[in-house]
Amino acid sequence: MNILSRGLLALASLLLILTYFLPLWRIELVAPQYPEGLRMFIWVNRITGGTEFDLYNINLLNHYIGMKPIEPEAIPELKILPFIIGFLIAFGLLSAILGKRVLLYAWVITFVLLGVAGLADFYKWGYDYGHNLNPNAPIKIPGLAYQPPLIGTKQLLNMLASSFPDVGGYIAVVSLFLGFLAIAIDLRFSETGKAEVKPA
Amino acid sequence: MLGKKKVLLGGLSALVVGSLLAGCPPKKEALKTSAVGTDAASKVYVPPGKHDEFYVFFSGGFNGQVTVYGIPSGRILKVIKVFSVDPETGYGFTPETRPMLMTSHGFIPWDDTHHPWLSQTNGEHDGRWLFINANNTPRIARIDLTTFETTEIIEIPNSAGNHPSPYGTENTEYVVAGTRFSVPVPQKDVPIDSYAQNFKGTISFIKANEPGKMDVAFQILMPGFNYDLARCGRGPSHGWCFFTSYNTEQAHTLLEINASKNDKDYIAAINWKRAEECLSQGRFQEVPAVYYHNYYDEKKHMAVSEVKKSVKMINPKDCPGVAYLLPTPKSPHGVDVSDDGEYIVGGGKLATVIPIHSFSKMLKAIEQKAFEKEIDGVPVLKYDAVLHCEVEKPCLGPLHTEFDGKGFAYTSCFVSSEVVKYDYKGCKVVDRVPTYYSVGHLLIPGGDTKKPYGKYLVAMNKITKDRQLPVGPELLQSAQLYDISGEKMQLIHEFFTIGEPHYAQAIPADKIKDKIKKIYPLAENEHPYAVKAEKDARVERKGNEVHVYMTMIRSHFVPDNIEGIRVGDTVYFHVTNLEQDWDIPHGFAVKGSEEAEILVMPGQTKTLVWKPKAPGVYPFYCTDFCSALHQEMQGYVRVSPAGSNVPLRYYTGTPTTQK
Ligand SMILES: [Cu+2]
Repeated sequence: MNILSRGLLALASLLLILTYFLPLWRIELVAPQYPEGLRMFIWVNRITGGTEFDLYNINLLNHYIGMKPIEPEAIPELKILPFIIGFLIAFGLLSAILGKRVLLYAWVITFVLLGVAGLADFYKWGYDYGHNLNPNAPIKIPGLAYQPPLIGTKQLLNMLASSFPDVGGYIAVVSLFLGFLAIAIDLRFSETGKAEVKPA
Repeated sequence: MLGKKKVLLGGLSALVVGSLLAGCPPKKEALKTSAVGTDAASKVYVPPGKHDEFYVFFSGGFNGQVTVYGIPSGRILKVIKVFSVDPETGYGFTPETRPMLMTSHGFIPWDDTHHPWLSQTNGEHDGRWLFINANNTPRIARIDLTTFETTEIIEIPNSAGNHPSPYGTENTEYVVAGTRFSVPVPQKDVPIDSYAQNFKGTISFIKANEPGKMDVAFQILMPGFNYDLARCGRGPSHGWCFFTSYNTEQAHTLLEINASKNDKDYIAAINWKRAEECLSQGRFQEVPAVYYHNYYDEKKHMAVSEVKKSVKMINPKDCPGVAYLLPTPKSPHGVDVSDDGEYIVGGGKLATVIPIHSFSKMLKAIEQKAFEKEIDGVPVLKYDAVLHCEVEKPCLGPLHTEFDGKGFAYTSCFVSSEVVKYDYKGCKVVDRVPTYYSVGHLLIPGGDTKKPYGKYLVAMNKITKDRQLPVGPELLQSAQLYDISGEKMQLIHEFFTIGEPHYAQAIPADKIKDKIKKIYPLAENEHPYAVKAEKDARVERKGNEVHVYMTMIRSHFVPDNIEGIRVGDTVYFHVTNLEQDWDIPHGFAVKGSEEAEILVMPGQTKTLVWKPKAPGVYPFYCTDFCSALHQEMQGYVRVSPAGSNVPLRYYTGTPTTQK
């Protein structure tokens, strides 16, 4: 790894520290009777509402369609995620210090795999919440599931549900992008390095 | 001879009326029912979903409430419950709110509200509180502008007809009260025709700048006149408050004639900073007096009353410099201080001129002892020594004045149904517009502060015949909105008010709307009977009192089935609304209840007291359409005969054996 790639990897790792302080993801529900919207933010270790009471109110509405209440304390991923991010940071920094190319590749691949696993897990949660409904729910619409979109916007009854990364999520994307950039630069430099070596 | 006299008198009176009218325009167009400019609609149109520019707080007069409107649209926003019980919310019915309406005369379910007054800081509206008087059983209420709810009421002792009230000082140090009817102080059984010897007036200063701590700081014993309206000074006149008086004749019967004899009555000028000095020097008497102070604790969702036993009374004889009288023609109603604090306009309702006093001249006259006489220890200043000017032939029946901040004063004229605009320094009328009909007070947003907004004027009319679809003998009163941003006043809107809009105050919406509370946080609910989770809902019997600790949330009650109540029990439904979402109240009503329903706001607890009279099964239900399953939000109470031993049982869903 050349010095620029090492720097980029270190920066990518350090950037991830910010994800502890900023929400990764946001889910928003807007309806005629909720003109200001109800918001839910997913952080590395917790889920919060847009206001102090949004989560409470989302759960209150969900009971009509028989959705399980969202209880952040009961979601094991939120206990693991901080360590996973911590691992990525430590791994990235260590790789930058050691400067081994293979470590850079390993870091980026690990990051991608974790990201994919994370989204898959998130989809699984969404699927479970949206499909495993209480059979005694007051409102039942045959064939309708209430799974929010993984990314994007979807009309669920009177609610327009949208799901998008939030600042922390975008930072993670930027971090991963910097990892790829580090690889690209490293490849470029090593190619020119080879080219320079040849005539000599 | 006799005939000649009659002719002479007739001629004279024609002359008088003629000369009065000469100053006013021909009344023909005033009697036309429409005088609205063609662009009026666009000036008042606020599209659905958009917010108005100003909140306006109208007194409800004889309904004892305050009604909030938006201007320019004239849309109604809320009726604030103040001095009258309200079956819609349970205000005055529930054990939580009954103490608010307690007085030394017992529980009083009604009063007459006249003059809203918005709290000020540095002579400008600060959007913290609205105060309003109860005229009949003298009281002053504080309304909290984060909730638009009444949170405090203090009774005024030694007072009768709390009319010049609750106008306040420029930092809300005090709000004031004056007695409309002089009465024996302290009250005693005396012949009414001993008025001149036995009847006194009082002017009260109430500490107002700390919520929950309103207190009659002191009273000033005044001559036995009728005190009518008030205004406190600002800027240079900060430290003084002014009160109009009439019936300086001290009549006690047929006042229509007997109190209209004197050419001039008085504006009483009270130096409250001097009064504070006298208090600290001990120049007052602690006079026994029983009066109530009621305070609503927003965390406990509960009002408490304390009974006060005495009041500090200052006699002007013992505290020279605390009070002066300014002669003012004739039976003055309004007394209004200009935005710069220098001019004091009297609205002599029987006068043919509008007298304007000068504050600086008044100070000079006091210094030079330019006194005409003294009444009960209060010096009467010489009229010429305090007068700035008289506005000649302004209109008939000038009442009340507000200022636009651009050097103009606007006075309402009851008899000639119009508003006159004049340059108050130059003493010159510049414009007039008709009102429909018989205008009392008028309002310019901020028109009683150091910085009036000068854009709108609202005339509050007593009579509205032919202005709307007829609905029988009783009609609503009206508010007319004028654009005063230009040289000429222009009528742009008219809307109707609930109760009598005696006076109003207005504040830019931006000063309040972001501070409004949307819910009561459940976590802060300290009501002794609150339950904050469904699992804690329960029913407890104490002798023949049954306390139901109930929760409500979309769309069910916990418990929704209760058995084991007996005829002869008093059932207290303590109902907590578990919602934490704006605009999701739930209601609670039970069949045969002799009280009102209760409307419970999110996070709030209220109690309905119920005494079932006969065995049976009684439904209760939510009265406020709260959700798609609102109609399902209901429950039953089983009532068994007295002395029966049906066990106490309660549940929502599957019944379980109770502890
Ligand atoms: Cu309801």
